[in-house]
Amino acid sequence: MEQHEVSANEVQIVAFKLKREEYGISILNVEEIKRLTDITRVPFTPDFIKGVMNLRGSVLPVIDLKKRIGLPDAKYSDATRIIVVKLEDITVGMIVDAVTEVLAIDSTHITNAKQITSTESDVHSESNKFLSGIGNLNNRLVILLNLSEILGLNGEIK
Amino acid sequence: MDNNQYMEMFLEESRDHLQSLNERLLDLEQDPTDSDAINEIFRSAHTLKGMSATMGYSKIAELTHDMENVLDLIRNDKLVANEDIVDVLFKSIDALQQMVDNVSNGEAEDLVEVKDLVDRLNQIASGSTEASPAKAAPVVNKQPAAPITEKSTEKSNSQQDIVLTDIDIDLIQKAKQSGLRALHINVELIETCVLKAVRSYMVMSALDEVGDVIKTIPSTEDLEQEKFEYSFDIVLITGEEEQQVKNILMEISEIQNVTVQVLEVEAPVKAPVKAAAPAVVKDDKKPAAPDKKKQAIQHHDNMKSGQSVRVGIEKLDSLMNLVGELVINKTRLEQIGNTHRIAELVETVEQMDRVTGDLQSIVMKVRMVPVGQVFNRFPRVVRDLAKELNKEVNLTIEGEDTELDRTVIDEIGDPLVHLIRNSMDHGVEHPDDREAKGKSRVGQVGLIARHEGNNVIIMVTDDGAGINAAKVRSKAVEKGVVTQEDADNMTDAEAVRLVFLPGFSTSDVITDVSGRGVGMDVVRTTIEALGGVIDVETKENEGSIFKIKLPLTLAIIQALLVNVQEEIYAIPLAAIDSTINITPEDIKTIQNKETIVIRGEIIPIVRLDKALNLEATEDAEELYVVIVHVGDKKCGIMVDKLIGQQEIVIKTLGKLLSGIKVISGATVLGNGQIALILDVAILMQ
Repeated sequence: MEQHEVSANEVQIVAFKLKREEYGISILNVEEIKRLTDITRVPFTPDFIKGVMNLRGSVLPVIDLKKRIGLPDAKYSDATRIIVVKLEDITVGMIVDAVTEVLAIDSTHITNAKQITSTESDVHSESNKFLSGIGNLNNRLVILLNLSEILGLNGEIK
Repeated sequence: MDNNQYMEMFLEESRDHLQSLNERLLDLEQDPTDSDAINEIFRSAHTLKGMSATMGYSKIAELTHDMENVLDLIRNDKLVANEDIVDVLFKSIDALQQMVDNVSNGEAEDLVEVKDLVDRLNQIASGSTEASPAKAAPVVNKQPAAPITEKSTEKSNSQQDIVLTDIDIDLIQKAKQSGLRALHINVELIETCVLKAVRSYMVMSALDEVGDVIKTIPSTEDLEQEKFEYSFDIVLITGEEEQQVKNILMEISEIQNVTVQVLEVEAPVKAPVKAAAPAVVKDDKKPAAPDKKKQAIQHHDNMKSGQSVRVGIEKLDSLMNLVGELVINKTRLEQIGNTHRIAELVETVEQMDRVTGDLQSIVMKVRMVPVGQVFNRFPRVVRDLAKELNKEVNLTIEGEDTELDRTVIDEIGDPLVHLIRNSMDHGVEHPDDREAKGKSRVGQVGLIARHEGNNVIIMVTDDGAGINAAKVRSKAVEKGVVTQEDADNMTDAEAVRLVFLPGFSTSDVITDVSGRGVGMDVVRTTIEALGGVIDVETKENEGSIFKIKLPLTLAIIQALLVNVQEEIYAIPLAAIDSTINITPEDIKTIQNKETIVIRGEIIPIVRLDKALNLEATEDAEELYVVIVHVGDKKCGIMVDKLIGQQEIVIKTLGKLLSGIKVISGATVLGNGQIALILDVAILMQ
């Protein structure tokens, strides 16, 4: 990948795959990326919560991102990764099919979620609330996710 | 905005000062002539005033200012700290506390109404105590109980004694030998001086040019922070003449007066040596007094000598996590060494083991805090309550040095308040009743902490009426807590323990203090949530003892590891009675519930896989059951396998997974796997 100067208008995105589509979250929220390890199931949790894992001695909840945003389930592979993200005081691991690369997208090339609604994207309409926008990098579309909704910071996960 | 970084410091220090105000005011109430107490109170109030003014909390500053006026009169023996005045001061401290709390909650400080207090304080200060029902009258010419040595009163009396340490004396003598002299310089600023710190800095730098400043009173730090009134003292070693030095200093503006004296020292002695003449006059008045003052100074030194650092508990938590991780990695290295038979590695790991062990125990120790931190609020609670209840009570505190984990300390305060209130309300009788029973009018309430094995015992004792078992029985039946039959079958000791059951209260009258039947139940649940137990012993007319047994720490517990399907779970050992293996035939179904019979006792069974909502599996030929208890209730938890007993470090599941009742936390095992810790009490429901 060629070196890329980060300009003021650029947003850095960690891009990853869920099924065949490419998604992204701001690099500022990403703590680290780990290979899949042992995950301990936790009873009485929603099915998208995969369980907890050991992250250097602390207990980290792990979310299956596909289940969370309503995509069909699939087997884990060698490429499967856990992206450790942090938002406010919550740290969570998210299982994704593969991490592709770090992208710099000019903010003028990001379409706000409100402008898209359900027509333009083939993301399941129910999961639109998880969408924060779509980035267009030379016709490569990256779906940007709303972490706050995914982590249920608005009180949805009990 | 700028103040934000100082906010935390301000809050912590304010709380410290409020606590010290509370404590010392109690001392003053006991002995209104206690000059150490009043001086310390004055200093705390003064510092609080300065801090709050700097932070822009004018209301706090105003109230402390008015308190200061009153305190100043007391300090100068112009006013006797009688009950009425102490009450007003206590109320002011409460108001300050409230304001500081408001600030810490991000609310406005002025939500607290302080006008009445300010008026009362001003009344007292201006001497018009008639407006109050007080017996107080300002005493003007009271025999001084102790000499007044505070700086403000010495504006006219420009000299103040300087306490020199052995090192100072040594320095001075060495200077003398090399032909230099030690000068005691007192600098007085004009009262309208605005930039005191600047002036003191100019004085210091001027002196630095002509000699060496070896001591300042107050300390240079305090000088920089303007923690002095209008004058300060300096010891200078110089070759210059007194007059010369004086002239240099007088050139600095805003300086009222400078006195310079040669300082003579005798041979070094252990006790602090005083500087020459001036202070001696006072000694004649009352010989005992300077000793008292010396003590105070030494006391102050003692406080300084124990240096400490404030650290946020979350930093300690992460330190703990890191140590835990280190231990896990060490175990891995150990395994590698063993499987590949690398003797050198095994040896190194052994040494590492020792270090990590030490590290772990130190990290644990760092989290320990003396219970005194909780106990020190009780003298005030007892005082207020005794007044409210019209009883005479003396509180004895023992073992305040006993240490407990910080998390336990934070939780234990409220239950103790309940217990103390309870002892004072229900236990200790009215003075007249006590006299009639042949007891002293003053009731004794004790708060005692001590170590007992791996536990800490906290006891709340009283020498009051004790708990009447018959009364407890009939109340319990009346409230429907137990049946008449059960009550009759109980021993007295068992009956007394009914007070811990929900919805129980023996007081005929519901008072503000206790008797609403919530207290004891809440106390018990809180203690049990901390992994502790509470018990009561009582003797009629001799008093009661409430005994709380707490684990030393919450962070590490002994647990039994069990296996269900793929996962490992930890059951706290404190809740476990025994473990047994049974065959499927041993399980009997009674009223649709699975039970087993052990030594004639019918114990209900909980299948862990079912209780945790896992898909059920077929019964194996041999089944393992862990018998647990909560209070008197027993229950068998059926698991796939027993793994063994282990010390585990408790970690939370985090905010995201906080709502799962049956899991109280998680722990990382030696192999890096995570085991969930079961909440036995919830499992049994």
